[in-house]
Amino acid sequence: MTVESIREEDTAKLMSTAMPGDYYKLMKPRVMYLVIFTAFVGMLMAPGSIDPWLGFIAILCISIGAGASGALNMWYDSDIDRIMKRTEKRPIPVGQVQESEALTFGLLLSAFSVVTLGLLVNWLSAGLLAFTIFFYAVIYTMWLKRSTPQNIVIGGAAGAFPPVIGWAAMTGTITIESIVLFAIIFLWTPPHFWALALFRLKDYEVAEVPMMPNVQGEASTRLQTFVYSIAVGITGVLPAVIGFASLVYGAFALGLGAWFIWLGYKVWKKGSAENGYAHEKKLFGFSIIYLFAIFAALGTEAIIMRLVG
Amino acid sequence: MAEGKYTQENIEMTEAQKKSQRARNIALALILAGFVILLYFGTQAKLGANILQRPL
Repeated sequence: MTVESIREEDTAKLMSTAMPGDYYKLMKPRVMYLVIFTAFVGMLMAPGSIDPWLGFIAILCISIGAGASGALNMWYDSDIDRIMKRTEKRPIPVGQVQESEALTFGLLLSAFSVVTLGLLVNWLSAGLLAFTIFFYAVIYTMWLKRSTPQNIVIGGAAGAFPPVIGWAAMTGTITIESIVLFAIIFLWTPPHFWALALFRLKDYEVAEVPMMPNVQGEASTRLQTFVYSIAVGITGVLPAVIGFASLVYGAFALGLGAWFIWLGYKVWKKGSAENGYAHEKKLFGFSIIYLFAIFAALGTEAIIMRLVG
Repeated sequence: MAEGKYTQENIEMTEAQKKSQRARNIALALILAGFVILLYFGTQAKLGANILQRPL
């Protein structure tokens, strides 16, 4: 084989075969849906009003910003994504998208989403969106994820920002109400991911990601999961305690929170590999329902208040 | 060896590469058109009546 033919072959290989759908997968659509949902609830709960078109633009920019950070995460983590079962089918590991394409895509989307949000809505929400992308891509992905078992505790902040950005898009402010919405997601993240990490222990071990169970052991993780579950249960009720949600919501959140704590307790006391991590899987599944239900309740109440008031 | 031998024009793309390039081009065109519409109506919504107020 001549040098020429090798070069031609390599250049031909470099030409992408990525379809638009592959780029969409880079944006972590499921995470994006959650971001859209929580940001929308943040907007609904905020006082005042916004032009519907600008409201739509705000949600679009926030979701694209979230997608951008997902693409940057997949670019940086492509080495470990290849060896983890949960992530081995992502566009870069399977060869649909090249690393440089993901990086360019992520950076472009970041820039466009932040600037558009700033120009058309307000610069506080744009600044928060830029910080969230930076926090997820740089602080969490590049730094914390591979260096400390507190990775998802601190990194959870990135996922907790969307309702604050939504609130800021409506009001141009950050208030105690939006901080409570932030706290609900922030405190929810550790028990959600540790429950997953417990039954995906080997996956993270192979990839050498220092998740809590791999570093401090299963027993310590279970105890911490329970402690955070209590924090989640309490924080979920705060909107009613502070007074920006009704007592009906409070009762609903109390019930859900109590069940969250109970499942966390079971993980602590009875969680084990012997029963196939049944309690951990149960908590993981319920944690998703919990967050969805809490924000759905807050959003529904906000809609009712807007219709009535 | 001729100059420019390895430019993109000289590369024979596979059918899969051609198909994906076409799909990406269409998607990009749609996204750009959507972005223009977004900015146009977004500017009108943001500025409202002030859009007509231009200092002479």
